[in-house]
Amino acid sequence: MSDKKYDAIIIGGGPAGYSAGIYLARAMLKTLLIESYTILSQLMLTDDIENYPGVPGKIKGFELIDNFKKQAESFELTITEGFVEKIIQIDDEKRKWSIITQNESKYIAESVIAATGAKARNLGVPGEDELRGKGVSYCAICDGAFFKNRDVVVVGGGDTAIQEALFLTRYASKVSIVHRRDRLRAEKILQQQAFKNGKIDFIWDSTVDAIEGNNNVENIKVKNVKTKKITDFKCNGIFIFVGFTPNTDYMKEVVKTDDSGWIITDSKMNTNIPGIFAAGDLRANTYRQIATAVGDGVTAALSCEKYISGIRGTEYI
Amino acid sequence: MLNTNLKHLETEEETQKVLKENEKVMICCGRMGPMCIPVYGIMEELEQHYPHVAFRDMDFDIEAAFFIRNLPECSGFMGLPFTVYFKNGKVIAATTSIQSKSQITQLLDRIFK
Repeated sequence: MSDKKYDAIIIGGGPAGYSAGIYLARAMLKTLLIESYTILSQLMLTDDIENYPGVPGKIKGFELIDNFKKQAESFELTITEGFVEKIIQIDDEKRKWSIITQNESKYIAESVIAATGAKARNLGVPGEDELRGKGVSYCAICDGAFFKNRDVVVVGGGDTAIQEALFLTRYASKVSIVHRRDRLRAEKILQQQAFKNGKIDFIWDSTVDAIEGNNNVENIKVKNVKTKKITDFKCNGIFIFVGFTPNTDYMKEVVKTDDSGWIITDSKMNTNIPGIFAAGDLRANTYRQIATAVGDGVTAALSCEKYISGIRGTEYI
Repeated sequence: MLNTNLKHLETEEETQKVLKENEKVMICCGRMGPMCIPVYGIMEELEQHYPHVAFRDMDFDIEAAFFIRNLPECSGFMGLPFTVYFKNGKVIAATTSIQSKSQITQLLDRIFK
C-alpha cells in the first residue's frame, strides 16, 4: 500500500473540487485532488450551460470541467484517480487524516475537503432495473440519439429534467414530461423554452408507478397523485431526473450529516469536525448550481488554508 | 477517440485478432460520456485482477464499431455503453448502459470462471 503525505486533500473532481484545488495550489499548499471515474461530476451530464457567469453563450458541461482542470493543472495541483472508501483520523493531537481508496492507495493529509457531489436518484419502480439501457435512461446526451422519431417520457420538474427534455426534442417525435406537481421547479427561462416547444407536453400531478415492456420499454403506469387513478401511457423510452442523493458514504462515520446523508456545514464550509470541510452539491440545505459549487469550493479552500496556518502557528493575524 | 488507459480497438482486423488470440475478451463500446467513463475506469482497475481476460474499449462512432452494434445480442440496446463478453470468439454475454463494479465482477466471475 502506497502512503503519500499532503497538506490538504480534496476529494471530488467537479466545480467545487477544482475551485478549491486552484485556490489551495495558489496558496502553495501541497494539495492532492482525488477524482473518481465512478463518481462523475453532474456537470459531465449537462449539455449546454448558459447560466455560468463570465461565459457568454453556451458551453458544454465536459468543456467547462476540462477548463477547470486545465486551470488547476496550470497551478501544479496534483490530481489522481481513485474511489475513496474511507477516511480515518490517525493522529488526534496533530489532526492528521488517512484517506484510503478502493485500490488500497493511502494518503495522509492535515485537512480534507469533501466535494464528491451527488448522483441521480432512481425511481425505484418495477421494471426500472430490468429495462435500464433498453429504454430506461438517466442521460439524454448519452442515449438520446437512440430515440430518433420515437415517443419518450421525462420524469421530473427541475432544471435537469427540463434541460434534458429540451435536448431530447432534437431526436424524439414527442417528449412527455411527467411531474408530481402542477407546476415546474426549473428556472423560468427553461420553463418558457419547454412551454413553447411543440414537441413537449406535460402530465401534471402524476408519478410513474411501473415501467413495462418485453425487451424494451413499451408502456408506463402513470398515477395521478390527486385522483389516485392509474393509467397506461405508451412510450418507447423513459428518462429519469427525480433529484439527487449525496455521494457521502465515505464521510458518514466521520462528519455530521442530515438524515438523507447530506453533509452539514456552516457558511465557511466547516463540518462539525475541525479540519474537514465540505463543498458543493453534497452539502445540506444548499442550492445545487455550478456557480454555487464554485463559491463553496473557494470558501472551503480559504477556510482550509486558515485552518492549516492555525495548527502550524503561522496564521496571518 | 477514447481517452482511456485501456487498449483501443480501432479496426475490424484488430477486433478479429484480439478475439482469435484471447480465449476471454471483454469489449466496451461507447463514447467519452458519463455512462461510459465509469465502465472504462472499472475495466482499467480489473485488468490487474483478471489477467486471463483481455479488456478492450472501442469508440462507438467508428466504422469498426458496427461489428459490436450489429451483434444480435445487442439488438434492442438503447443505452451506452454496449459491453460484450466473448469466450473463444463467441458472444456469451452482453450488457447495455452503465454497470457497477459489482455487476461487472459478478458477470466476469460467472462466465469466465
